[in-house]
Amino acid sequence: MKKTLFDKIWEKHIVREVQDDLYVLYIDKHLIHEVTSPQAFASLEKRGLKVLRPQQILATADHNVPTTDQDLPIKDDLSAKQVALLTENCKKHGIELFGLGHPYQGIVHVIGPELGITQPGMTIVCGDSHTSTHGAFGTVAFGIGTSEVEMVLATQCLLQTKPRQMRIEVNGTLSSGVTAKDVILYIISQLGTGGATGHFVEYSGNTIRTLSMEGRMTVCNMSIEMGARGGLIAPDEITFNYLEGKPFAPKGHEWEKAKNKWSFLTTDDGAHFDKIYHFQAENIPPMVTYGTHPGMGIPVDVAVPFLNSTGQEASGEGLEKALNYMGLQSGQFMSGIPVQHVFIGSCTNARVEDFRLAASVVKGKKKHDRIRALIVPGSQQVAKQLSEEGLDKIFEEAGFVIRQPGCSACLAMNGDTIPSGEYCVSTSNRNFEGRQGNGARTILASPLTAALACITGEISDIRSYPFTHINN
Amino acid sequence: MNPINIIQSTFVPLPIENVDTDQIIPARFLKSSEKEGFGTHLFNDWRYLPDGTPNPDFVLNKSKYSGEILVAGKNFGCGSSREHAAWALAGQGFRAVVSSYFADIFQNNALNNGLLPVQVTQPFLQEIFAQKSESTLTINLYDCWIQIDKTGSRCQFPISSYKQECLLNGFSDIDYLISMESEIEAYEKNTRATA
Repeated sequence: MKKTLFDKIWEKHIVREVQDDLYVLYIDKHLIHEVTSPQAFASLEKRGLKVLRPQQILATADHNVPTTDQDLPIKDDLSAKQVALLTENCKKHGIELFGLGHPYQGIVHVIGPELGITQPGMTIVCGDSHTSTHGAFGTVAFGIGTSEVEMVLATQCLLQTKPRQMRIEVNGTLSSGVTAKDVILYIISQLGTGGATGHFVEYSGNTIRTLSMEGRMTVCNMSIEMGARGGLIAPDEITFNYLEGKPFAPKGHEWEKAKNKWSFLTTDDGAHFDKIYHFQAENIPPMVTYGTHPGMGIPVDVAVPFLNSTGQEASGEGLEKALNYMGLQSGQFMSGIPVQHVFIGSCTNARVEDFRLAASVVKGKKKHDRIRALIVPGSQQVAKQLSEEGLDKIFEEAGFVIRQPGCSACLAMNGDTIPSGEYCVSTSNRNFEGRQGNGARTILASPLTAALACITGEISDIRSYPFTHINN
Repeated sequence: MNPINIIQSTFVPLPIENVDTDQIIPARFLKSSEKEGFGTHLFNDWRYLPDGTPNPDFVLNKSKYSGEILVAGKNFGCGSSREHAAWALAGQGFRAVVSSYFADIFQNNALNNGLLPVQVTQPFLQEIFAQKSESTLTINLYDCWIQIDKTGSRCQFPISSYKQECLLNGFSDIDYLISMESEIEAYEKNTRATA
């Protein structure tokens, strides 16, 4: 029988078939962080259970950590307690922790891949919905709740229903100024915020194939924003080149063996998908969101939809509520809207390539007076790369301060918030009401569009702004 | 986990689509390391005005609406995987949430906390929203149906027989998984051997 890549990985990890479509699934790698793990450890201890496979777990502190003065004690008592609990739990159970001050600390979905912990063919879970990011390496990776974190701690397994499968194929050449972020914002705007619910998505097509690993991670990362259980991309030479030499990647003979094994991780021709979508790269423009969920995205040069328009995401009460919250009106053009804040960061767009893109735009320019920018590298390793490549100087000369790694203003748990009623162009993944602070108005965009807003002080179309790409 | 079998109650209508978990419980309330205490912050930023007083326009602050069942628009619970959303709903006293569909992770989190997600058709959802506030609903988990008591109109809802049994008996997945210890070890051994 023809199988999808997802089928192949899933089947290899079945410990028991409980009943039709319900399986006990083995988890290769479990990533944990300070916000969704404390209750799991507490409950585990209450049951008198141990962590079954501590060596298959990796911990970091990212969601609730300050992005300044990380060497000093955390000022917020509750945040300090969460981080301290993580440290204590890891120590007690023998789990490796890349906590604050560690050279490998960073956003959980940035460090897994960059350290070579994320490897093709694996099952990976984390108490965070953006675990789908790791699918860029040809893994079955998905977010779980805290009860499930406890199950994996105790048994290295989960009871899961096998999702339906969707293929999203993108072919053609992306226009100048259009990035992986625009590709996924475009796809979500077409499918809707619940369009892939119950499905696991495989991205394919020559546009996806030519994306860098950073770009593929951006695409897979936002799979959850259309409701998908996860997203994945078959590994190829780009994947192998990225992983080779990474600290936790196999070495020498083991590397060759692994690469050979991974090269079989593909979908068979003619394998069944429940839904298939095709998109053409040439039709994808730079995208921005105008509403309060990621499906409410439009090309940067297009007007905000009308209440009576027939688009999937542009109708009825939801749109009216969203526009009221955003302080926008139907028919209004997004480009030209003055913004007060820019956030370049998050598990979606805080890798070195994202900062190269942003630096390409700000190089030799000065930050607009109005703009307060949060430039937050995804990890200590990314921060180190910024300085090695001199990108930090470019940002500093343009008037920016680079923060220390963490999730920061993506979910605004750590005090990096956007004030009520103000606009923030953000490279993160969610524009929900209050996501970046109570009353904050988030406009999702690519690192290019976000960087351009830093300079112009408003939403602008990157296609009419000349810049030279900074390459590695 | 407390068993569920039949729930009969008035309901709280929230006819909003795509209610994300950031609305159910905003991130700034996730700093607690306990499972309790989230109920008071359920729908915090819709429920309270910026000065902290109750927003009189929000359904939870209207005395005519109460009950153990929340009825919401499609795609309820999208976004973040935070189980705090299920804890907050349970903390407020809800035992079931009705919608035309749920986000996957929220659905699992709800089931793992004995909060029953009841998926109904879009027309049935509209039928519920059309009911008066004193109207009651009955949810029968033995036979997997939900009924509008006044009209007798019913809708079947899907649930796996495994999950149904768990909820009826108050069993958790973790008990099932722990009972499989030797099978899990055998799987690991076998996988290593063939790697």
